[in-house]
Amino acid sequence: MFFPLQMKLRKKPTLWVSVLLTLMVLSCKDKASEYTEIGDELALQQLPDSVDYSFHIKPILSDRCFACHGPDKNAIEAGLSLNSAEDAYAPLGENKDRHGIVPGDVENSEILKRIFTEDNGILMPPPESNLVLSEYEKALLKKWVAQGAQYKTHWAFIPPQPQAAPNIANDDWSQNEIDKFILKKMEEKGYHPSKKATKAQLLRRTFFSLTGLPPSVAQIDRFMNDTSTNAFEKVVDSLLNTVGYAEYMAADWMDVARYADTHGYQDDFERTMWPWRDWVIHAFDKNMPYDQFITYQLAGDLIPNPTKVSILATGFNRNHKITAVGCGNPGEYRIEYVEDRTNTFGTAFLGMTMECARCHDHKYDPLSQKEHFQLFSFFNSIDENGLMANAGEIPKPYMTITKDESEKILDFINMNRVESKDLAVMVMEEMPKPRETFILNRGVYDQPTDLVSPATPEAILPFPKELPQNRLGLARWLFQKDHPLTARVAVNRLWQRIFGKGLVESSDDFGNQGALPSHPELLDYMALKFMNEGWDIKDITKFMVLSATFQQSSAISPEMQEADPENTFLARATRIRLSAEMIRDQALQVSGLLNEEVGGPSVKPYQPEGIWEETTGGGGGTTATYVQSTGKDLYRKSLYTFWKRTVPPPSMMTFDAASRDLCTVKRQETNTPLQALVLLNDPQLIEAARALADKSVQSVGKNSDAQMRYIFQSATSRPPTNEELEVLQLFYRDAYAKTETGEFVPEEYLTIGEYEATAKIEAASLAALALTAHTILNLDETITKG
Amino acid sequence: MGEKKILLDNAVNLNRRAFLGKSALGVGGLALGSLLGCNFYRKEGELVVKENNAMGIKGILNAPHHSAKVKRVIYLFQSGGPSQLELFDYKPLLNERRGEDLPESIRNGQRLTGMTSGQDKFPLVGSNFGWKQYGKNGTWISDLLPYMGKMVDDICIIKSMYTEAINHDPAVTFFQTGSQQPGRPSIGSWLSYGLGSENENLPAFTVLLSRGSGRPNGQPLYTRLWGNGFLHSLHQGVQFRAAKDPVLYLNDPKGVSKETKRTILDNLAALNEKQYKEFGDEEIQSRIAQYEMAYRMQTSVPEVMDTEKEPDYIYKMYGSDAKIPGTYAANCLLARRLAEQDVRFIQLYHMGWDQHDNLPAAIEKQAKDVDQASAALVADLKQRGMLEDTLVIWGGEFGRTNYSQGLLTDTNYGRDHHPRCFTMWLAGGGVKPGIVYGETDDFGYNIVDKPVHVHDFQATLLHLLGIDHERLTYKYQGRRFRLTDDEGHLEKDI
Repeated sequence: MFFPLQMKLRKKPTLWVSVLLTLMVLSCKDKASEYTEIGDELALQQLPDSVDYSFHIKPILSDRCFACHGPDKNAIEAGLSLNSAEDAYAPLGENKDRHGIVPGDVENSEILKRIFTEDNGILMPPPESNLVLSEYEKALLKKWVAQGAQYKTHWAFIPPQPQAAPNIANDDWSQNEIDKFILKKMEEKGYHPSKKATKAQLLRRTFFSLTGLPPSVAQIDRFMNDTSTNAFEKVVDSLLNTVGYAEYMAADWMDVARYADTHGYQDDFERTMWPWRDWVIHAFDKNMPYDQFITYQLAGDLIPNPTKVSILATGFNRNHKITAVGCGNPGEYRIEYVEDRTNTFGTAFLGMTMECARCHDHKYDPLSQKEHFQLFSFFNSIDENGLMANAGEIPKPYMTITKDESEKILDFINMNRVESKDLAVMVMEEMPKPRETFILNRGVYDQPTDLVSPATPEAILPFPKELPQNRLGLARWLFQKDHPLTARVAVNRLWQRIFGKGLVESSDDFGNQGALPSHPELLDYMALKFMNEGWDIKDITKFMVLSATFQQSSAISPEMQEADPENTFLARATRIRLSAEMIRDQALQVSGLLNEEVGGPSVKPYQPEGIWEETTGGGGGTTATYVQSTGKDLYRKSLYTFWKRTVPPPSMMTFDAASRDLCTVKRQETNTPLQALVLLNDPQLIEAARALADKSVQSVGKNSDAQMRYIFQSATSRPPTNEELEVLQLFYRDAYAKTETGEFVPEEYLTIGEYEATAKIEAASLAALALTAHTILNLDETITKG
Repeated sequence: MGEKKILLDNAVNLNRRAFLGKSALGVGGLALGSLLGCNFYRKEGELVVKENNAMGIKGILNAPHHSAKVKRVIYLFQSGGPSQLELFDYKPLLNERRGEDLPESIRNGQRLTGMTSGQDKFPLVGSNFGWKQYGKNGTWISDLLPYMGKMVDDICIIKSMYTEAINHDPAVTFFQTGSQQPGRPSIGSWLSYGLGSENENLPAFTVLLSRGSGRPNGQPLYTRLWGNGFLHSLHQGVQFRAAKDPVLYLNDPKGVSKETKRTILDNLAALNEKQYKEFGDEEIQSRIAQYEMAYRMQTSVPEVMDTEKEPDYIYKMYGSDAKIPGTYAANCLLARRLAEQDVRFIQLYHMGWDQHDNLPAAIEKQAKDVDQASAALVADLKQRGMLEDTLVIWGGEFGRTNYSQGLLTDTNYGRDHHPRCFTMWLAGGGVKPGIVYGETDDFGYNIVDKPVHVHDFQATLLHLLGIDHERLTYKYQGRRFRLTDDEGHLEKDI
């Protein structure tokens, strides 16, 4: 059922293109249900003419075979590894007379005998593994062997190759190169681009994509009335130059960096890492090139002439959880911290899951346990403790920031609400003599085996001899011209922000088990553009937003819903539910409550009573009891909401915010009843609805239709249709009538939250209007980037 | 979220057609229970509507791997590490040799926590409390647990539990998620994912917290213990609280009546429906359905939390604390009520078992918190015929040392964390009642018979629910994860 049966392959297509179509079959099928064998017989007739290792075969081998016949040398069964041609073709058995694979020889390839047998005793994968191959997959393997069983390097480990944008006849749609790649693929599938989004839709989408906030009614009007040909580009440029853009980028980076305001274990003491967060905002605001942005965070203390700014940036590697005395063994936990840095490095910059190689060679990717600990060793040489002594301790190493510095070199740090004279922020600082790193047997902290020195995984890119064997060298390695992953991973994540999902859907896994790119040439094109044009984040973002692809309507026809439900081919814009931060920030923005102050210590907005207190053990100091902020601090952007790791803000968690326990590059997007409860009953939303109602009266006066229009347009960025207006008017009148029957009590409803309305209208009218605004804030359209 | 989401979305889709035909203004007062994706199963690759069988969230498993012994679980988690030596594991030798140093041959290199690693002596100490034999097998139970003693023929005591973690946070996380490091889904989430929900009005996984009197400021808990990890957030545990909002954000805003709320939802649905017509995005339909589920929870949750009408004899069974919301006893009673509503996994946490010092005084209070109500819950389920298809679990994250932490006096002592052996008990369907499983040495320090690892326990739990622990997996970041990680063996003799 998730199986595009109409698929038909063309003769002699380019490698990437040809195989991708069939690949879709595999991945979609996998998604629907891993082992349901739907349509296998039909699919059999559609085996690709040319079977490709990377796109057809490796996904199967990796998923069903590699656990016992893969890269992990210590887990090889029966002496057979299918990881490389050399291993797979090698003679097997006591007499060395059998072969896993004999290229071109279907009869004598042992693996085919084993997968086609009906004898459960020798069947592969073995029944007890609970893994099975479908008939289609078996047929693919057979054909691959028949065609010579050619192996290829994993696509993501081959450096991005220059790609010319396809030439397309009669193309009056494309705005830039992105579109040509996208259109080419659409044409192959027989799809067509959707019509352009309305100006209003486009403006809303762009505002959210670049700043995480909707446009105001005035901004909408201005754009609607701007008929110049570059009206849209002007908007994009101006948005990229707002600090809101920087804050929105920073919000995303907080997930990657697992930022939190507490240490994260046990009593979960408070920490002060927000000055580092302020630096992140500052860096995005100044459009610091991506290579420098990352180099500062990895090695700002080791670059030539480090400054307090570059050292502060290294706080990135100290955002992991830290535990306290009585809650663990110091040696064990110090190792956990280094592991966390190693894994964060892998996920954030390489799109590789490093933790799999902690205990054994990686089961799926060419990453040995030794290489894991070689990478680990880069992060192993700071003078840190495994356990904190008490709540007041600042785990070393740390830097101090004086009031004076915060006014000069570190003037981007918001000290408005800082009471103490100096701040202390955890950073990286290399020990005079690097700590020795050993491979840990099964990853256990007190079982060191062989000594290793810093190096990077061979299969990705060997570590150049001329680079220093420290974090600076590691950062330089990431930005080597022929690095296969850095640019792809980064640009893929930026794509994910703008389009809803990456060109590689598994933005956290570029390895063998990850998804294959939907548009491999485009991914390479974007990666090289990003790399060659100075790692300019704003530029590449602008390039995406100016594409025709981005500017399509998000309406879905039943045919396309059927043909491409996940919108892999981008023949429309994807409707995306707003993030936890956006939902709250939008409510604050449209109601006029938003406090636009940038940076500073985190704040504590409304939160249900007692949820910190219910779980605390009484320790924790400042984090035992939730002391809600007051006044303007209730209305800061969600980026500044205090993050207690063991009890994160429930309204945000309900909307799939990352817990910040570990590096996260991709959030879920779910749709649950608890979300409805938050939107209906969170005082923050109710207060915002009242403020919005109040603001509408102040903005457009007492005309009820005008008020409705104002509110509706504030929330959805478009005026309501007459039909919608009618529904809203009926609702408003009904709500008003209910104030007379006692079913709706203005005196109560209007006192939720601190905000006091100023409009001079009777309470019943204001309450009915506020309830209408509240309903509008709950619309699917309101919480969607459409 | 792949599989689950697709299944759900399709279920919602299918039903939408049926429901749209009936309703002019969106949803109105229709009973939309089945909208959540419930009545569907997969037959030859197609989703098929299951007639007359309204259920909540559909699980990923089309059918159990084998026949299930139980339908639901009540897990009475005793947080902090209850001392097995004061409660279930009778070791007279420790009283005989009180004050003598723990022989190195027994300790055998066991790692210590930061709290006793500085001690130069490890004086053995037996329980300060008396013991009696109960039941047909004459099982020894501490005088601290007279009610549990009387029901010993209904429970299966496992004395040979062991774990690898020695500190609370990793140890509890290990029990609840199969991994010491945070981030994995918890048991209840796995069950919701695998088996789905049998109630259309309540979450499949609910959580109840209570604070012990043994150590009121004991170990903290973490919301991630009932988190969904990488599974769809529909599977997260929902905490039911004794506070005025029994589920976070459940209550309507003040001033808004039920009728007004209904009007809001009807109009929301009407407007959302227009959006759907324009954009054709199935998520919009799903959202309408979720608002209806939320609406139903607003009725069903307070109903199940309202224990006022429970008869007096029930309160006599559970004890007077059961009338005080938020106590362990009240939560046990609530657990039974949730079980009656077919909630799949009901997780209680009772804090305060961490008796490093002043153990005798503290554990007496702590045991009193839980003894009567735990026993009453089993008896109550039994009298309702529900014990047959319910699994009740009682236990903590590790045990406690056989030597005193801190100064040993005539009347006072403490005990540190001990991972090598501790006791839990199970009751209900598929579990052999009245037996004691596994044995520890005379020092109560090491297991001598039938060791049961945390993963074994988890595998067994899943087995009783009809799940093969090796086959309930979820692929995330390229790897198939399961509750029991790479380990876990079935304990068939329990």
